[in-house]
Amino acid sequence: MIRFVIQRLLLIIPTFLGAALLSFVLIHAIPGDPVQMLLGEKVIDPTRHQELLAQIGLDKPLPVQFVNYIWHVLQGDFGTSVQSKNSVLVDFFALFPATLELAFCAMVFAVLFGIPAGVLAAQRRGSVYDHTIMGAALTGYSMPIFWWGLLLILLFSLKLDLTPVSGRIDLDYYFDEGTGFMLWDSFWSDQEGAFTSAVSHLILPTIVLGTIPLAVIARMTRSAMLEVLGEDYVRTARAKGLSGFRVVGIHALRNALIPVVTVIGLQVGTLMGGAILTENIFSWPGIGSWLVNSIYQRDYPSVQGGVLLIAGFVILVNLSVDLIYGLLNPRIRGRR
Amino acid sequence: MKVRLITATAALALMMGIGASAQAASTIRYCSEGSPEAFGPQLFDAGTTIDAVRPIFNRLIETKPGTTDPVASLAESWDVSDDGKTYTFHLRKGVKFGATKYFKPTREFNADDVVFSFNRMLDKNSSYHMVGGGTYAYFEGMGMGDIMKSVEKIDEHTVKVTLNAPEAPFVSELGMEWASILSKEYADKLEKDGKKDQIDQMPVGTGPFTFVSYEKDAVIRYQANPDYWRGKQKIKNLVFAITKDPKTRMAKLMKGECDIYPYPAPADLAALKANPKLTVMESEGPNLAYFIMNNKMKPWDNKIVRQAMNMVFNKEAIVKAVFLGGAKVAKNPLPPTVWGYDDSVQPYPYDPAKAKEMLESQGVKDLTVDLWYQPVSRPYNLDGKKMGELMQADLAKVGITANLKTYDWAEYLKRMHAGEAPLGQIGWGADIGDPDNFLYFHGCGGTGNPPGQNNEKWCNNEYDALLKQGKETSDQAKRTEIYKKAQQLMHEEAPIVPIVHSLTFMPMSKKVDGYVLDPLGIHNFENVGLK
Repeated sequence: MIRFVIQRLLLIIPTFLGAALLSFVLIHAIPGDPVQMLLGEKVIDPTRHQELLAQIGLDKPLPVQFVNYIWHVLQGDFGTSVQSKNSVLVDFFALFPATLELAFCAMVFAVLFGIPAGVLAAQRRGSVYDHTIMGAALTGYSMPIFWWGLLLILLFSLKLDLTPVSGRIDLDYYFDEGTGFMLWDSFWSDQEGAFTSAVSHLILPTIVLGTIPLAVIARMTRSAMLEVLGEDYVRTARAKGLSGFRVVGIHALRNALIPVVTVIGLQVGTLMGGAILTENIFSWPGIGSWLVNSIYQRDYPSVQGGVLLIAGFVILVNLSVDLIYGLLNPRIRGRR
Repeated sequence: MKVRLITATAALALMMGIGASAQAASTIRYCSEGSPEAFGPQLFDAGTTIDAVRPIFNRLIETKPGTTDPVASLAESWDVSDDGKTYTFHLRKGVKFGATKYFKPTREFNADDVVFSFNRMLDKNSSYHMVGGGTYAYFEGMGMGDIMKSVEKIDEHTVKVTLNAPEAPFVSELGMEWASILSKEYADKLEKDGKKDQIDQMPVGTGPFTFVSYEKDAVIRYQANPDYWRGKQKIKNLVFAITKDPKTRMAKLMKGECDIYPYPAPADLAALKANPKLTVMESEGPNLAYFIMNNKMKPWDNKIVRQAMNMVFNKEAIVKAVFLGGAKVAKNPLPPTVWGYDDSVQPYPYDPAKAKEMLESQGVKDLTVDLWYQPVSRPYNLDGKKMGELMQADLAKVGITANLKTYDWAEYLKRMHAGEAPLGQIGWGADIGDPDNFLYFHGCGGTGNPPGQNNEKWCNNEYDALLKQGKETSDQAKRTEIYKKAQQLMHEEAPIVPIVHSLTFMPMSKKVDGYVLDPLGIHNFENVGLK
């Protein structure tokens, strides 16, 4: 097991370097530079332009810049944002809790609804339930996020007046020293109604962001369940006279979940991508819209740092999934 | 099971209902379109950042609300020397900086604050010059580093600013955000505490509001400054709820989650205007979208060809298709909201037949050329591609085949500044209400060598002389005459095709009281109340 863990940990290094190189090359491949973006339609003297580029270290050859960058990152320095003039780490961690909270809720939502839906569809294969669930899953998977978000706002916020339109909490509530996790902060605050306000603000973004993972999980659970339900041991369990719940819920589901867990891990990456659009629609102050804006503004340090940190997060989640997977299934950790 | 499900749903619905509680009546909630880069008025020039720092700071000179006329603010009065190079500002007495949780001022505003604020940008030896990176985009972009020579304190309430050359728009230019006055006392304290960076994150100014907090990309909170020198505000709190998507901003206003918002999507205007609870304020934007013909390339170096090109485009169709009616056709290189606008200029008619005839008379026939369209949406051009397609169709009618071409925005600007575009779209939104702010784009400074911002690469000595004269004249009536002449000259020479000035819309709840649309497009909440 230790060997397995070390192997997985060592794999992080090339993945991380690859992500760093890719983000560095891609952002530099886009034409334009931060000084030009800061100036917009205005023009300054070309020599002054060069001076300003030099001030932020962009006058050196690209390989030198990359090595410098990696060297600083290794020391925990992700650079300073050209736009906000803040340390990239400060900007990132000011926003990351919001994204994490939303992604976590979306994942819980997807798992809570996706797995039972998949099980039900598999159990009643070919029935109306199956067709309805799989049809809905396919629709959910193909739904453009921004359109789905606006549709829900129109229905639940404007027509039915049930949920707030956007934001993380009602503007009346304000926490001086917060963790950035709104559910946590509002739960422990003594401001009446803060927690319900935070929950109500989370509902629509959670549904919108969780829809695609939900669809994927439901479809994966269904196919994994179908495979397992056809196994001999399930037939044996049924023959022994075990209740339907025990057969499906305990014997079959446990084995069917192994591929589903992997898919859940992979969905974390999808969630990070989906967060960009969801955050924009719901004015959710997360890293998604920050990163997109940084790309527009050619804020190289923010883009590079942001991509690296997100990549690091996704790598860590997938590593944990691998480890859990190894625990669940001894055959995996033994594999060479 | 069913009963439980229903109970749970009902509880959830109830909870959600409670979540949307009523707001305190003394708070104005402004659903802003984006996040400020920081709160340092000197470092940034994006409109969003200007809006975010505007409540906190004052400048020596400001504009009268709703106009572009400069009025005295922190400077009570000023004198200009005969050679137009020395400005002496007499500062207002009894102005207090707003107290915040992180700083309690002990003295009133004085000349030290002015000298400190300007020298931070101007003087490379200022201990604050490099704080925030040493890049002052707005100051640099306006060429202030070359225009201003020195800023000196004469006494506690008098400051002398010396310029390198006469610059008549200087007074207007001091109304821009880069000229905001910071507190030197606060800067000194931060320096002592080793927290200089905080100056652009946690601001202190003399403005109508003080800064309370900023939750990144989410909410900015301000409190009315009880000691404000122009009088107490009608509201206690001002909140900017950052809402990047225009559809979401609209939904929030309709649901009562915000009171006012900027930049509505053109397609939403009809619904907003039809809502009985809302008002939509409207004014002509201080901007211009224009079409350039590269005067260094053939056949655009020919005046008759350029005049013909001014008759090619159906600008009304552009207004309808690109702005859904939210724009006005332009005839001058200056928007009508800026003083000095020459309304006597007779616009070139939309007349493709005549244009074709004129073009053919100059040998322009079966021409194929690149037409550059803007890759980003700007207030003066919401959809460059659509505008490009309309232009392409118009050009086809006069026998010109235009290939639409674009680049990424930064690259687009760089290449256009370098003179690579034969035909293309560009535009400008004003920073100040001075005609020079628009007209200098078309000048060459008498050198015959067009600078970057002169995108059409047209040089005309008479025009340059008029611009120079305008800068050196301080009397506004005389300047108006000079700039009218410049506009007439541009009309005759036709180096560009003025396309449109977009309209600015501001939807708000009927409860909002006293909001004034700023002709320069800044969102200002001083003296705004709630009914």
